[in-house]
Amino acid sequence: MSQPYNHTKATLALAKASFRSITRSPSAVIFTLAFPLIFIIVFGFIGGGGMKLDVAVAPGSDLQNPVIAALEKTGVIRLTKNDTQENIDKNLEKGAYDALISVEKNPNGLPAYFTNVKYTSASLTNGNVLKSVLNDLTHQLNTVNQKPTVTEIRATTITGRLHRTIDFILPGQLGFSLLSTGVFGTAFIFFSLRQNLVIKRFFATPVRRSSIVLGEAIARIGFALLGALFIIIIGHFAFNFTLINGVVTVLNMLVLSTIGIIVFMGFGFVVSGLAKSESTIPPISNIITLPQFLLSGTFFSINAFPVWLQPISRALPLTYLNDAMRKVAFEGANLWDVKQQILIMLFWGIGIYAVAVKTFKWE
Amino acid sequence: MTNKRSIISVSNLVKHYGEFKAVQGLSFEVYENEIFGLLGPNGAGKTTTLEIIETLRDKTSGEVLVDGLNVDTDANAIKQIIGVQLQAAGYYPNLNLVELLDLFAGLYGVNVTPMEMLAKVNLQDKAKAKYKELSGGQKQRFSIATTLINSPKIVFLDEPTTGLDPQARRNLWDLISEIRNNGTTVVITTHYMDEAEQLCDRVAFVEAGKIIALDTPDQLIDNLIASGFERKKEVKAANLEDVFINLTGKEWRE
Repeated sequence: MSQPYNHTKATLALAKASFRSITRSPSAVIFTLAFPLIFIIVFGFIGGGGMKLDVAVAPGSDLQNPVIAALEKTGVIRLTKNDTQENIDKNLEKGAYDALISVEKNPNGLPAYFTNVKYTSASLTNGNVLKSVLNDLTHQLNTVNQKPTVTEIRATTITGRLHRTIDFILPGQLGFSLLSTGVFGTAFIFFSLRQNLVIKRFFATPVRRSSIVLGEAIARIGFALLGALFIIIIGHFAFNFTLINGVVTVLNMLVLSTIGIIVFMGFGFVVSGLAKSESTIPPISNIITLPQFLLSGTFFSINAFPVWLQPISRALPLTYLNDAMRKVAFEGANLWDVKQQILIMLFWGIGIYAVAVKTFKWE
Repeated sequence: MTNKRSIISVSNLVKHYGEFKAVQGLSFEVYENEIFGLLGPNGAGKTTTLEIIETLRDKTSGEVLVDGLNVDTDANAIKQIIGVQLQAAGYYPNLNLVELLDLFAGLYGVNVTPMEMLAKVNLQDKAKAKYKELSGGQKQRFSIATTLINSPKIVFLDEPTTGLDPQARRNLWDLISEIRNNGTTVVITTHYMDEAEQLCDRVAFVEAGKIIALDTPDQLIDNLIASGFERKKEVKAANLEDVFINLTGKEWRE
C-alpha cells in the first residue's frame, strides 16, 4: 500500500469491466449491431434497382413486331406475356400492372401495326412514365431512315457518382445505432448500478466519481465505435456503400460518431436520473429516441416532410449527425466542411450535460 | 486482548435525517485485532453508524477517527485501509468472479491474483460463475473476498449471515475468525445473539441511536445473572440448533 493511489488505473479497470459487461449484454448488441444491420440489409437489397414498369401483354397480341422488341430493349419495362385476361384485369385494378398493351398487325397496310394501351388509375404515375416511353419509342420507330426536319435532340449523360439507397440509409442507421446505445445503454447501466448499490460499494473504495463516469464512457464509446466500424465495413463490402476517400472517410465518420455518442450519452445520464424504476427507463428513453428516429432523416430525407414539420426536424441533434455523416461519406466533405453540424451537436451536448448534472443521482 | 490499542474511536456521533434522529450521541472504541459486534433491532442506527465510519455517509456532528485518520478530512486515506461489505449490495452485471476481483483490484489500485483471493474464501471452483448464480453463503463469502483485496486493517461486515442456513453460518464464522487471526480488526453487525456470543470479542448494544451496553459477551451475561435474572425454562445441555447440526452434519453444502 506504499505506492500512491493511481486514478488512471482505477478508470481503466472500470472501462475494462464495463466493456466486458456491454459485450455480454444482449440488448446492447441488438441495438448497436443487429437492428441497424437488419435495416441496412433490407434497404440494401430493395434499393438500387431503379424504376421498373410492369406491363401485361394482352393474350392474343402479336409478339413478333418492332414495338414489343423495342419495349424489351428499354430496360425499364417488365413485360408479362403469358397471363390470362382475368388475372390481368384483376391486377390492373390493384395497380400491380401499370398497364396492358396489345399490338396488332394492320391488315390494310400502313401503319404496319396498331398499339393499344390501357392504363390504370391505380398506377397513374407509372402510367405517365410509360406514356412518355411509348411516345419516344413511337417517334423513333416512325422516323427510322428519315432526316428530322425541325430538330434532333442529342442527349448525353455524364457518368456521375451512383447514389444508392445504401448511401442514404447507412449513415442514418449508424446515427440511430449511436443514439440508442448512448441513451438506452447509459440509462440502464447507471440506473442498475445505483439501484443495486454497486456504485455505493465503489464509493467504499478510493475511486473518484469522475473515474466512474469516465471509465463507463470510455467503454461505451469504444463499443459504439467498434459497432460503427462494423456497420461501415459490412455496408461497404456487401452493399457498395460509398466511402469517397476510403480510410480517411472512415476516420472522419468515426470522429463524428464519437461526438454523436458523447452527446447521446448525456441524454442517457438524464434518463437514469429521472427514472423511478427500471420499467420507466424504456418509455422515457423512447420519448427521446423515437422522434429522432422518425424525424431526423434516418429513413427519408427531411425535405420530404411537410413544411410545418421541418423546423422540428432541424432542431434535433440526430438530424445534424446524419447530415454530417452523409456529407462526409458521399460528398467527401472533411470535418471542417461540416463544422456547422458539429457545432450544433456540441451546443446540444453542452445543454444536455447541464441538465444531466442537475438530474443525475448517485444514490 | 493484551494490546488494547484503539483503532476506531467514535465520540458523540449524531446523525439526523431531517426530523428523524437516527444516531443520538454514540461513543465507543474498537480495539485493534478484535471482532467488535454492533447489536440491536432493525432501525436502531447500526448501519448508519457503520456507514459514517466507512466514509459513505456524512454525519451531523461528533468525531470519528479511523486508525488516527479523521473521516471529515482523510476519507480517501481511510478508504485505502478498510474493507467494506454492504448489506444487500450487488456487483457489476455480466461479470464473473475473477473479473469482478480484477475490477476491485483496479479500484483499490493494488495487484492481486484473483484466484488467490477466491482461495481465501474457498470459492476457487466458482471462478467463472456470475455473482447472481451463487448461493446465499457463497455470495457473502465473495463479498468478504472483495473486502480483503487491499489487505485492509479493518473489515466492516453488515449482517453477513442474515438468511444463511446453519452450516453456511458456521462456515462464515470460521472465515471471520480466520480474518481476525490474520491480524485484521473486524466490525460486524448481526441480529443473532448466539453468533455474537461465539464470534465477538466485545459487543455494543444499540437502541434508538444510543449505546445502552458495551462489554465482552461473557461480562454482559455475568452482569445480568448477577442482577438476579433467571431463565424461565431450565437450560438443557443442547439446543435445537445443535440437533440440526448433529442431524444434518457440519459440512457445508451448496
